[in-house]
Amino acid sequence: MQELRIHGRGGQGSVTAAELIAVAAFEGGKYVQAFPAFGVERRGAPVQAFVRFSDHPVRLRSQVYTPDFVIVQDSSLIQDVDVFKGMQPGGIAIINTERPIEQGVPEGVRVLTIDATTIALETLGLPITNTALMGAFAAATGMVSFETLVDALRHRFSGLLAEKNIETTRRAFEEMKVKAGAS
Amino acid sequence: MALEIMEGSIAIAQAVRRCRPQVVSAYPITPQTHIVESLAEIVANGELAADYITVESEFSALSACVGAVATGARAYSATTSQGLALMFEVCFNMAGMRLPLVMTIANRALGAPLSIWNDQQDSIALRDAGWLQLYAEDNQEAVDLHYIGYRVAEDHRVLLPTMVCFDGFILSHTYEPVDMLSQEEVDAYLPPFVPKYRLDAANPVSMGMYATPDYYLEFRYENDQAQKRALEVVREAGREFGKLFGRDYSDLVESYRMEDAETAIVAMGSICGTTKDAIDEMRAEGKKVGLVRIRCFRPFPAEDLKAALANVSRIAVLDKNISLGAGGATPRGAVALELKDALYGTSTPVLDYIIALGGRDVRIEDIKNVVAACEAGDGDRFYGLRTEVL
Repeated sequence: MQELRIHGRGGQGSVTAAELIAVAAFEGGKYVQAFPAFGVERRGAPVQAFVRFSDHPVRLRSQVYTPDFVIVQDSSLIQDVDVFKGMQPGGIAIINTERPIEQGVPEGVRVLTIDATTIALETLGLPITNTALMGAFAAATGMVSFETLVDALRHRFSGLLAEKNIETTRRAFEEMKVKAGAS
Repeated sequence: MALEIMEGSIAIAQAVRRCRPQVVSAYPITPQTHIVESLAEIVANGELAADYITVESEFSALSACVGAVATGARAYSATTSQGLALMFEVCFNMAGMRLPLVMTIANRALGAPLSIWNDQQDSIALRDAGWLQLYAEDNQEAVDLHYIGYRVAEDHRVLLPTMVCFDGFILSHTYEPVDMLSQEEVDAYLPPFVPKYRLDAANPVSMGMYATPDYYLEFRYENDQAQKRALEVVREAGREFGKLFGRDYSDLVESYRMEDAETAIVAMGSICGTTKDAIDEMRAEGKKVGLVRIRCFRPFPAEDLKAALANVSRIAVLDKNISLGAGGATPRGAVALELKDALYGTSTPVLDYIIALGGRDVRIEDIKNVVAACEAGDGDRFYGLRTEVL
């Protein structure tokens, strides 16, 4: 079983990202479970959402403590929250930032950064980075394919909004594919 | 079987739609809200031919259901925690008037102090109200228990309202795969409601009259007899469901890896999923541990539990509720209290652990710690108490 923890701020779509990644992974043939950290839903406050991926039905109901993967939607969170907490060697952290991240990275954890805010501003016209980071997650981890993410997006959104989000996901996917392969 | 992935609350709303209630009345409250929001949409979209009665409180929501079922309609409601507490009076009336209903409880702690998080104190507090109570481990079971719930509640041997309890947030807000039966499949399993008595101007009857001391005791006897008959009706309905759809719910208690188990855990609801994972790990380490999960708490399956636990050396109960003041010098939850009653006369020690109240997370390690404590004879206590903040 693999586990993903998404860090974001209320309003950035962390819970939606967890749901869409779960839908895509399920379509890709995995058993999944996605859920939010319960109770904190204020806009701007630090929030978390989780996804479990498994070859078997997921029975475990505890929160995620030792994630294999972490997505950080807002690098300003790193000052307030230990986003790397519980990560093990071999883990992958995907962080939305323009600057390199060096401090606080546990031994053996691979950090991959992407400027998801700029991508989202250019494609959506809004600094909502969840769908960009989904694309980056797919490229960096291979846990979901780009195609299943597109299906999940089409299932959730319609019309122009779907197409814009697919473009956001695609750009981040392609950028991260190069980056993850190169570093 | 075609699995789909969706949020637990949405799956419940979809299951309720397939049960074809003619009246839905509910008042939104966290973490039940997504269920009734979704149903309001389903009704507004014309996907369910029901009257959706919006009300100003849970008291009114359940009262509207009482009226609806009294006229012979199938009705539905959902609530949790303080909302269920506000329904207290109506709950007793509904069972006493023998009006069948299915109401979803997205289990949540009761205030004060205010908590929106999960435990099972809310439905447990209503265990004497005369309703049937079924507890789900996962969203698939939560969905299926709605179909089974209506079938049992409306059975003329029972005619009692039913709470389908699933853990708030932990299940209600979780996306996971569920197999949603088609409308045709549900129709084949769940026939339309045929009331035994109903309010009808052409054939007037009175319901909910007062009973003098000459009759009240007999009403209560009848009510209890209906609960007792429900033991077999739940088994039948669960067996029939299994025959049609492959998921058998005929057991009122589920035994997991109980063959040769020396220590048994007894619990209800979603904590049992984590417990099963913990048991697999402990079994791999050579520990003889099993789980007996109570699916049906009302009626209480005393004989089933006695049989399931006949050969164990010790029992650890995980109680996500507490009966404040019970147990003498040590704390006690409802599951342990009732289990001890069922096992009276046997010598198996039953140790109770008050756990996971108000949303405190439970990990695999916690279950292992409980088993180790039980083996050492250390129980009848709160688990995970943070003594530093007392």
